[in-house]
Amino acid sequence: MKLAGRTEALGTWVRGHRAAASGPVVAGLLIVTLVPLRLSTYWQSVLVDTLLFALLALGLNVVVGFAGLLDLGYVAFYAIGNYAFAIVTAGTFSKALFFGNGLHLPPPPMWHDWMWLLVLAGLVAAMVAGVVLGAPTLRLRGDYLAIVTLGFGEIVRISARNFDSITVGPRGITAIPHPELHLFGWHYAFGLDPRPYYYLLLVLVALMVGVVVRLDRSRIGRAWVAIREDELAAAAMGVPTVRMKLWAFAIGASTAGVAGVVQASRVNFVSPDGFTLLTSIFILSMVVLGGMGNIWGSIVGAGVIVIVPEVIRRAIPSFQQYRFLVFGAVLVVVMIFRPQGLIPSRRRAMELETADAPV
Amino acid sequence: MRQLGGRALPDCLRTGFWPHAFDGLTLGSIYAMIALGYTMVYGVLQLINFAHSEVFMVGTFAGLYALKAVGSGPEGGLVLAGVMGTAMLAAMGASGLTALALERIAYRPLRKRGAPRLSYLISAIGSSLFLSNLFFVLNPIGGPAPRPYPQVMVRRTAFTLFGYGVSNQQLLIVGTMIVMYAALDRFVMSSHTGRGIRAVAEDPETAGMMGVNINRIVVATFLVGGLMAGAAGSLYGIYFGQARFDIGFIPGIKAFTAAVLGGIGNIRGAVLGGLLLGLLESLGVTCIRSDWQDVIAFLVLVAVLMFRPSGLLGEAVRG
Repeated sequence: MKLAGRTEALGTWVRGHRAAASGPVVAGLLIVTLVPLRLSTYWQSVLVDTLLFALLALGLNVVVGFAGLLDLGYVAFYAIGNYAFAIVTAGTFSKALFFGNGLHLPPPPMWHDWMWLLVLAGLVAAMVAGVVLGAPTLRLRGDYLAIVTLGFGEIVRISARNFDSITVGPRGITAIPHPELHLFGWHYAFGLDPRPYYYLLLVLVALMVGVVVRLDRSRIGRAWVAIREDELAAAAMGVPTVRMKLWAFAIGASTAGVAGVVQASRVNFVSPDGFTLLTSIFILSMVVLGGMGNIWGSIVGAGVIVIVPEVIRRAIPSFQQYRFLVFGAVLVVVMIFRPQGLIPSRRRAMELETADAPV
Repeated sequence: MRQLGGRALPDCLRTGFWPHAFDGLTLGSIYAMIALGYTMVYGVLQLINFAHSEVFMVGTFAGLYALKAVGSGPEGGLVLAGVMGTAMLAAMGASGLTALALERIAYRPLRKRGAPRLSYLISAIGSSLFLSNLFFVLNPIGGPAPRPYPQVMVRRTAFTLFGYGVSNQQLLIVGTMIVMYAALDRFVMSSHTGRGIRAVAEDPETAGMMGVNINRIVVATFLVGGLMAGAAGSLYGIYFGQARFDIGFIPGIKAFTAAVLGGIGNIRGAVLGGLLLGLLESLGVTCIRSDWQDVIAFLVLVAVLMFRPSGLLGEAVRG
């Protein structure tokens, strides 16, 4: 009797929500598809940045929000994606391979056909880096992990600066080609126009949302919840904790790798300066502000943290230098007053309110 | 040219071993003083105070402005000692206050709620970012460019050891570290508060039941760590001749590495780890390109955490 009542209530709840959801969802999709067409190029690029960081935030959210691991070197994987693409298409290495030394000719056309394969290459390179970093360190206590990942991020940046022969050092790699599409005789070349990148990233973000939603409800997702709440108990119940944490790391890293490839081909330039700890914290603040463990939170967080400073900067040009001051304060304030973020994950909110504390 | 140890050492270490070793011990002493702050807080709260590097940074600025206020031109003897003492005390005061504010604003609300560890780390990262950028935007005081230290203590050779000169600045830094360490050791081992610190580190719940005021102990721990970082900050400024908003980042990471190397929570370990890391870096740079200097500390950190996570001397608040 009681059960039947519940099922019925659940049924109406689902129906009600589906009806309520379909309208806004369709409207939302229309808006995100059409809005960039009405904006200036400047705001179009701001939107592209937003989507790029949303993708990065979604990846970091898997690590920080789902698995509960603080990764402060996340930018390293983004850097690896950037450099993977840059080195293959425009590095001294590829130039030497095709033209001999010293000739600065545009890269051979064959890469344009392979460009989409290179997205996969960036993904794999970053994922391998994630596993290489994670395998020895994920056994460590959480707070050690934070500082080891921070160290890893710095090592990657310093290596990019110092391995001149491969990465061209601090000057960076220039003349990275834009992507091109060749489908059944139909050709499209991406250029400086932000719009194609917007739609490309929109597709990638949507894909990532799909993947993450599925993951969240899978066995891996449940394992992450168990590890987050009580690692010892999870291990005792037979959850392979290190392997599950490694999955989180690998998924987060490969997302950053893909984002890196897109960014490198979008701005045609890669240099080590773009991959400091600040960028890692920048992405972290999106995840934290939006709500750790919540997919929509990461996207909203990216939107707020990329767009709001731009809007303020328009009104008050000197705001630019106060950005990081504000982000720092935001992190502290959110942790004190609203640890669950703007759009809380229900389960995560519960955990963040109370847990066994140090003292 | 004096050479050391026949075949025992690689070529790069044979010449210039001692000057690099002196340099390493000086740098190591600074790491040790910062590491003491990390280790004390970790011992009591089991939390990495990520913003400790900014407590140090505030010390370099406070030392700079104190020197500007009292010192004018190179002087010798007692006057110089007074000027240096004032600068160091000012730096210790400023850093101590910063550490207290940090505890009060960024950590205590979380402690009261019993928040999970991740929240502390994020709050710490946030405060660190906030503090360093505060000095970035406060243009007349900080700003994006480094602020030069006044040349109050001119570097000259104090005495000669193994055929190489030890400068007066190096002597001051190593000496200060030893005095600070001795004072901290006495404080932790024999004062009333020190006993409380050890009790809370051992078992906070039981300590609380035995009537130890945990809040007071936590505040004392942050204050002591801040004082040490302040002294280190002013000395770092004097040695390297500048203060800058992001000056704390690298020494902070290295001091943390030193604390882990010695065994986090272990006071003697922090000093040992600091000196060892300083030596390792200074001597290591003679064998590899100096571009890689900062990587040494990270590699040491990863190696220690993988092979001996409790550090050389083990984790526990001990003298």
